[in-house]
Amino acid sequence: MVFNVNSPILFVVAGVAVAVVLAQSICFLLKAWRRAQELGMDMKKLRRTARTAAVFTIAPAAAIVISVITLSKDLGVPLPWLRLSVVGNLSYETIAATNAESAMGLTFGQVSALTAQQYVTIAAVMTVSILIGIWLVPLIGERLLNGMITLENRDKKWGEIFSASMFIGMISAFIGYVFCDFSGVFHGDLAGLVPVCVMTVSALVMTALGLTSKRKGLRVLADYALPVSLIAGMASAVPFTAWLG
Amino acid sequence: MRQESAYLRSVHREGRIWNISVAVILLLVPVAVGLIYRTMPDWHGFALGLLATAPMYWAVGAIETVTYVPMLGAGGSYLSFVTGNISNLKLPVALNALEQAGVGINSEEGEIVSTIAIAVSSIVTTLIIILGVVLITPLTPLLNAPALAPAFAQILPALFGALGVVFISKNWKIAVAPVLLMLVLFIAIPALNAGTVGIMVPVGVLFTLGVSRILYKRGIL
Repeated sequence: MVFNVNSPILFVVAGVAVAVVLAQSICFLLKAWRRAQELGMDMKKLRRTARTAAVFTIAPAAAIVISVITLSKDLGVPLPWLRLSVVGNLSYETIAATNAESAMGLTFGQVSALTAQQYVTIAAVMTVSILIGIWLVPLIGERLLNGMITLENRDKKWGEIFSASMFIGMISAFIGYVFCDFSGVFHGDLAGLVPVCVMTVSALVMTALGLTSKRKGLRVLADYALPVSLIAGMASAVPFTAWLG
Repeated sequence: MRQESAYLRSVHREGRIWNISVAVILLLVPVAVGLIYRTMPDWHGFALGLLATAPMYWAVGAIETVTYVPMLGAGGSYLSFVTGNISNLKLPVALNALEQAGVGINSEEGEIVSTIAIAVSSIVTTLIIILGVVLITPLTPLLNAPALAPAFAQILPALFGALGVVFISKNWKIAVAPVLLMLVLFIAIPALNAGTVGIMVPVGVLFTLGVSRILYKRGIL
């Protein structure tokens, strides 16, 4: 069989794996939904949760489609489709593909036609290198979460502070990342201000929507505050980039 | 005293089966392609590629597991570590849902809310990527348009600006020290960038936990 990175059989192979992952998401959703009904949780609230999650996901998912397009130049469509639907993200997949290609004497971004052997090698490197999380969660996930329950049982207030601290620690790392090119400003390069301005716009929109929702009692504003702020921040990046670099 | 519920135990049982099955299926993909095209990997290239890639990602993956599982809950963790894009999509979705519902991740209600948000996000992501793959020819010039490039390049700042203002305003005493530390580190050290932010997450988490413990012991929190 003549090999082609966009061969229909590769779409079938990738499609089977993506279908299994989709089935897992649907099973977990149904299981949680049924449990919520058993517990008598407010189903209207949960429907809102689901709607907000769906709307919020659209913009980041569109960015993932761009990643598929970027990687497809070298690897065809099926492999990036699979890799970015399961576990991966653009930076990891690019690094893994680059390392695998350079190990075979190829240069990422300049490959015109891969052989079947090169393709299998790249796919194997990309897969094996990222699987640790999928294996580790079944191995230690329950123990970690039971540790959190024990912590809360021992001291409820500290348990809550512990959870909040984890979230804040994660968010502070990403806030720091927003400033990673900021030092260029001291040398006259204003491009590092773009992410800072975008973050500020997004934070201001979020604050404005939150306050308006509270004062006017508009629940819908609070529900969609995060996706709206995300889009507003992203949209502001266009003029800020044109202005600052 | 709260204990692990029967529901949580069943989530872990099914999660283990799902995740191990998905891992095996993923490993079978290159095997299947090799069988179809009657070829073996270039073992030399595989070993070199793996050596250049795996050590760092295995270390990061192990640290991410310990860091993110307590934030995502059981169902959310099994799903997120299969579907990926945790810090830029699944965790923000879960955080926002928990915040909106007013529940903590360590309660059963929080576990359910987080799972529903992450499952919906995973389904929508998968469907949008499928749509993107089907429509890749007409979508490529649109999504790759130079005018839109700055917007897609700034997703993380836009996301963490909105999330940050909510969580920092509610926990400002906890947030001051880690935010200042991260600002100083990221501005002062050029090696810290988009590629290394994942490594700084556990650093931020451990530092924040340490600061919070001191503040809590002194009665400030």
